[in-house]
Amino acid sequence: MYRIENYVFPSSLEEACRLLNGDLRGSAVLGGGCWLRLGRRHLRNAVDISRLGLDGIEEKEGWLELGAGVTLRRLETDLAVTGRFGGILGRSVSSIVGVQFRNMVTVGGTVYARLGFSDLITTLLSLDARVVFYRAGEMGLGEYLASNGCPGDILTAVRIPDDGRQAAYESLRRSRTDFPVLAVAVSRLGEDWRVSVGARPFVAARAERAEACLSRGGGADQAGELAAQELRFGSNLRAGEDYRRKLAAVLVRRAAQTLERGGEGCEG
Amino acid sequence: MRVNITVNGILYQREIPCDTMLLDFVRQCGFMSVKRGCDTGNCGLCTVWVEDVPVLSCSYPAARADGKRVTTLEGVQEEAESLGRCMARQGAEQCGYCSPGFIMAVLAMARELDNPTDEEIAHYLEGNLCRCTGYASQMRAIRAWMKERRGEGEP
Ligand SMILES: Cc1cc2nc3c(=O)[nH]c(=O)nc-3n(C[C@H](O)[C@H](O)[C@H](O)COP(=O)(O)OP(=O)(O)OC[C@H]3O[C@@H](n4cnc5c(N)ncnc54)[C@H](O)[C@@H]3O)c2cc1C
Ligand code: FES
Ligand code: FES
Repeated sequence: MYRIENYVFPSSLEEACRLLNGDLRGSAVLGGGCWLRLGRRHLRNAVDISRLGLDGIEEKEGWLELGAGVTLRRLETDLAVTGRFGGILGRSVSSIVGVQFRNMVTVGGTVYARLGFSDLITTLLSLDARVVFYRAGEMGLGEYLASNGCPGDILTAVRIPDDGRQAAYESLRRSRTDFPVLAVAVSRLGEDWRVSVGARPFVAARAERAEACLSRGGGADQAGELAAQELRFGSNLRAGEDYRRKLAAVLVRRAAQTLERGGEGCEG
Repeated sequence: MRVNITVNGILYQREIPCDTMLLDFVRQCGFMSVKRGCDTGNCGLCTVWVEDVPVLSCSYPAARADGKRVTTLEGVQEEAESLGRCMARQGAEQCGYCSPGFIMAVLAMARELDNPTDEEIAHYLEGNLCRCTGYASQMRAIRAWMKERRGEGEP
């Protein structure tokens, strides 16, 4: 469990960044704090950003913007979120532990931590989401995932193009609220498709050959096979590499078929 | 650090170590219904409400609750008793260790969901583990309690 010497509520993002950078190894931002707490860090400064007004959900000039402090539960209950992208944001987090837990963990902590098994990151990647850092500014989520991270910076928001994209989510879990063995999100805007596969067990990545296949009308079966071939999979205690690869073909096919049929809720 | 936290309507002003979790804080204030199970955010035993929102007190820093209103089972005793009676009738409690967290979650659900289906109830309560009952009796108890609340069941 972590240990905390000073618990600070900074009054601005600038102050929060200054605190972090004053002692990079000994400080950490507290989002929901649920992941951080399970580690063994000794924090000289725990920087609680929950009072900086970062918990807004806004519809802004063609974007849906989720503040870093938005809890995962709000993705399931806020109409601005549930009414978009076929409701995928709420559905993709709905198996994470339980309601009380989702009332605490945050979008910012989830994205910043880049956990391999993240259901939400898998979904956000399929929606072309962008991340906004206080100092580093805005970048694509894919770019952030591939980078060395942004130590000493604060993730303030996640922005999603509000373009009417439809999306479908599939995951397999060994028990209902366990970490996913594999997570898949597929989205579609007309003939422009995205395929994102997470919990491989590596962090989510796009399957671009599968996307191209769907865009040229190659069909869900073939797209599933391509995603399984092109991505890297690995083994951990939940499943082996081979199993994950086979599963990826099935889950990508199912999600793509859902969208071919017209979206979530349209399955016969 | 110094915190001011209102638990079940009473203001507690205390000096606490910065890494105190809300679970330990409320127990130190004497609210012993709040139980520690997994201590990792998985089991729901430690459920309390902060500003009426159900959270896991094992993972919620007490410092974050400074200036806020916290409710434990002791603060909703009347409602808890009526649900508890239904649980006893339906055998929905064996060792009883999970019951305080379970009851806090059910009462929160009743405030949040209007007339939930069995599927919605099961989904809402997924974060409350019980190693004894197998959940079927808990579901019967909730249905009976909801009926009673609507004035349809026996008192
Ligand atoms: C028991 C358990 C089960 C879980 N199961 C699942 C699951 O099945 N599926 C799934 O997808 N996820 C799962 N998760 C992960 C969870 O959903 C969250 O993603 C995770 O807890 C991080 O969110 P947080 O708000 O708690 O972050 P924190 O613990 O607060 O922070 C995580 C990291 O990010 C940093 N940080 C936080 N916010 C910011 C910010 N705004 N800017 C910069 N840095 C920041 C912190 O310093 C820390 O390093 C699980 C977590 C736990 C503890
Ligand atoms: S003790 Fe808090 S979730 Fe288990
Ligand atoms: S009654 Fe024993 S854990 Fe639930």
